[in-house]
Amino acid sequence: METAAGVDACLPIRSDMDLVWVRQHVRQAAGLLGFGLVEQTKLVTAASELARNTLVHGGGGRMETAGLTNGHTRGLRLTFSDEGPGIPDLERALGDGYTSGDGLGMGLGGARRLVHEFAVDSTPGVGTKVTVVSWADRSPRPRGEF
Amino acid sequence: MNHDLSGPVTGHVPVLRLGDVLLVTLQGDLHDSTAQQLQQDIGETVAGTGVSGLVIDISGVEMVDSFLGRVLAEIAARASLLAARTVVAGMRPAVAITLVELGLTLPGLRTALSTEVAMDLLAGSDPASRSGGPRQESR
Amino acid sequence: MPEHASTGQHGSPAREVGAFLRRRAEQISQRWADEPLFRTVFTVSRDEAVEAGRIVVDALAQVADTDQVHDPDAAGFTVVREQLSRMGAARSRAGFTTAQVSNDVDALRPPVENLLVADLPDEPTELVRDCTTALTVLMGTMRLVVLETALSEGQALIERQRLQLMEVATPVIKLWDGIVAVPLIGTLDSARSQVVMETLLEAVVDQHARFAILDITGVPTVDSLVAQHLMKTVAAARLMGAECVVSGIRPAIAQTIVQLGLDLGTVITRASLADALAYALHELGADIINATPGGAGHR
Repeated sequence: METAAGVDACLPIRSDMDLVWVRQHVRQAAGLLGFGLVEQTKLVTAASELARNTLVHGGGGRMETAGLTNGHTRGLRLTFSDEGPGIPDLERALGDGYTSGDGLGMGLGGARRLVHEFAVDSTPGVGTKVTVVSWADRSPRPRGEF
Repeated sequence: MNHDLSGPVTGHVPVLRLGDVLLVTLQGDLHDSTAQQLQQDIGETVAGTGVSGLVIDISGVEMVDSFLGRVLAEIAARASLLAARTVVAGMRPAVAITLVELGLTLPGLRTALSTEVAMDLLAGSDPASRSGGPRQESR
Repeated sequence: MPEHASTGQHGSPAREVGAFLRRRAEQISQRWADEPLFRTVFTVSRDEAVEAGRIVVDALAQVADTDQVHDPDAAGFTVVREQLSRMGAARSRAGFTTAQVSNDVDALRPPVENLLVADLPDEPTELVRDCTTALTVLMGTMRLVVLETALSEGQALIERQRLQLMEVATPVIKLWDGIVAVPLIGTLDSARSQVVMETLLEAVVDQHARFAILDITGVPTVDSLVAQHLMKTVAAARLMGAECVVSGIRPAIAQTIVQLGLDLGTVITRASLADALAYALHELGADIINATPGGAGHR
């Protein structure tokens, strides 16, 4: 199955400058795949949360993006991986941690609500891998949008 | 009133003083460090100038994540300690929908459709300000 | 033709069918051009239909050559998919049912079968039977491939229509300077609630609306998911600097909301659209008063 050029990539997450590149790449890729503005914004925001997790809690890592096709629907898969300390209490990390400041796993629960599919694979001492998928036409665009 | 302040921004964030109000225009994609620097700068400027109001125009911002959301809330909280009221103006629909979905409703933050409305709100000339403008969540 | 059947050195029945398809490609595509599936799609030029048929026959021969007559994922079927599914899709878009498309694809089999039997007059019955079976399986797999695509085309059509319906059913009305309203009619599901939210918030920006009224008088039921969407809309409008008023919550819906344990406490509600408008006008500093003492009030 062909996907639009410029979608598949692997970006390093080493600094807060890299977070900007991650957001820009995800926005561009989602645009190429035909995501509506709202879905695009949701996915970029989720990517921002997850990339910051990778940077702050995982000690840096990378994001891989891949275009997906399912019948007539196009999607984008983002995989964030690091070789950091891992998440000891996944249940807690997936809870709404955003109010507890810079707590561990902050943003995971929020990011989960912004995407269609969400999976975490974390082994203490080995690292963490978070995979999210969003599909382009699940949520229809409002009128007046291009 | 028409404050056309959407001029080119290179690296820095324009902070403008209009009488008793400080107007900050955020645009594009902010680095975390830029946002943190901004938080500090604004705090210092509000304290130094003694303005009574602060308007943060985010109509040019395409995404607000929990980090930037918290920065905005903290700016408002700090300004409020210095007796200045903060209004966040011009949030785009897609950004608002995403923030709500993220679980960040920013209670206690005053909002306005545009900088004009925000200025009116702070000047107290706005009819809707009788009831405090859009009601804020009590949570 | 090097593969011409010569007694004694047969390949598998499938390969035999492959050789036959290549040999008779011209005749088969000529006959297919007169079948409804090809005839109704290539209405202008019969040559085009023959050409399309030849491409399909070639692809089928390729599948048979590799002994994959039962495998819809065989490489050769990619070409078949492109050619035939486009035709199947064109027909299902034109309103033909999947069953009709299925019949039309099925109708392509007998002409080929007849040619095959006619082609092998002196071969042992067993071989003829095996070849016919291989051809039947091949054509059956092809039908599966076409139906698969026709079905997904049909789903895409339904999806498009669903979106159109949702857009038509979500008109945003400007009631006053700074006041917009969406009168919702019919059942709200999660997807439509999403459209309502996005459409209303876009209108808030376009119309510089300080107040947005969601009138749900025409909505028969509200489940917890929809109620959550309404509350999210209210919260998002607030972040943008607008106030959202929900009007027309019928007693039955109010009861459901209570039973679901949802707290609408932070949401401003009014009994009717008129009440919501009066509230918004009042907040904007305009009040409705009776022109004559005895005239009808705004309630």
